[in-house]
Amino acid sequence: MYDMKALYQAKSVADAVSLRTAHPEAQIIAGGSDVLVQMREGKRAGAELISIYGLDELRGVSLEEDGTLRIGSLTSFSHITRDPLIQKYMNVLGEAVDQVGGPQIRNIGTIGGNTCNGVTSADSASTLMAYDAIVELTGPDGVRRTPIREFYIRAGQVDIRPGEIQTAILIPKESYENTFGHYIKYAMRSAMDIATLGTSVNVRLSADKQTVERARVAFGVAGPVPLRAETAETLAAGQPVSMDLADRFARAVKEDIHPRDSWRAAKDFRMHIAVESARRAFVEAVKLAGGDL
Amino acid sequence: MAEKHVMQYQTVHFNLNGKDVERTVDVRASLTDMLRNDFRMTSVKKGCEVGECGACNVLIDGEAFNSCIYLAVWAEGKHIRTLEGLLGPNGELSDIQQAFAEEAAIQCGFCTPGFILTAVEILESGKEYTDAELRKLLSGHLCRCTGYENILRAVKKTMYRRLGKPMPEA
Repeated sequence: MYDMKALYQAKSVADAVSLRTAHPEAQIIAGGSDVLVQMREGKRAGAELISIYGLDELRGVSLEEDGTLRIGSLTSFSHITRDPLIQKYMNVLGEAVDQVGGPQIRNIGTIGGNTCNGVTSADSASTLMAYDAIVELTGPDGVRRTPIREFYIRAGQVDIRPGEIQTAILIPKESYENTFGHYIKYAMRSAMDIATLGTSVNVRLSADKQTVERARVAFGVAGPVPLRAETAETLAAGQPVSMDLADRFARAVKEDIHPRDSWRAAKDFRMHIAVESARRAFVEAVKLAGGDL
Repeated sequence: MAEKHVMQYQTVHFNLNGKDVERTVDVRASLTDMLRNDFRMTSVKKGCEVGECGACNVLIDGEAFNSCIYLAVWAEGKHIRTLEGLLGPNGELSDIQQAFAEEAAIQCGFCTPGFILTAVEILESGKEYTDAELRKLLSGHLCRCTGYENILRAVKKTMYRRLGKPMPEA
């Protein structure tokens, strides 16, 4: 038995919003792989829960009319990895979430939960950050869209306002078009582990594959929330593709990241692997984009 | 002021190992609680109870889930399979269970039902996987006795048998 005071099960998005308004203190539960575990540990003992797990309308990936990739918030990690639209337009996201926990966790865990828990180590977070994802929230006043960079406020806190639930993650066409990305999770084990550092790089090359038109890089666990390394991005834009560029790009990430010491790893070590992961992910992304270096 | 907790119950309808069932459960119950206590599906083990060890794994609509971190009421309308559902009408072992026995992929047996149900999901995909892929697909289970080699071999052997192909020499 879970130590909960009450369970409210939403029957629709509108019902979830009214439950949120009626029970402002209640915790939202999607797949439960964070909330139920925390409850077991006694952290949320006696809490009221609003379950949105049954809302099938929040599952699946689709393409909107303007080319925006829409990922329903309750889409599980394993379904994201297997989704043909993700594989075609944003394969790096499928690869990133395929490194969350283990197989059973990837069947229950949702991308909405992975972002709403506000954790910097979330395997989806750095890639969503690197693709300028938009978070869609539905509340009493309708739908609100906010850039993921503004969604993360601080460790464990995201911009979900009273009455709101997250309903989708949107990837603008401008972010994924002709863009190829690579994610590196650095962890102590190959399964059932939390990232010591997560690095997601994506690039768009010129038509002749000789020049980097745009490079984006984001990290998890390089700060209290997932963050972008803009100095490196600016440095790479418009530069000819080369190994030297990969090295300079990687070293430049140090300007924008501020990892900390934790029991998992020392700050200096995280700095070191951030540079090395940025270099490797950049090289891999350039190769995926058809570049030669 | 102490607030009085009101017990909440809900009737859940689902299909368990091919049979339509229903039960009125406490909403605070996990799926492990309901399967063990209300249906005596004792192959569903209580291990870590935080979704790490895989001993409570069951198949829900064909996918593997740790039932310890799944609310019992979420079972509504689902098709759930446990190890008990793999047995033939006279208690015959299925091919994957037989392979676990043949390969000595069992010692204390606590992790076995969970492993076997993940193996069922793998085998039912009808795909041929490399050793590395199989290791990753089985990585959500902990075994503290035999280690993993025999388990991997049992799954691999059954995969090739079902595909009608000879198992490559190691």
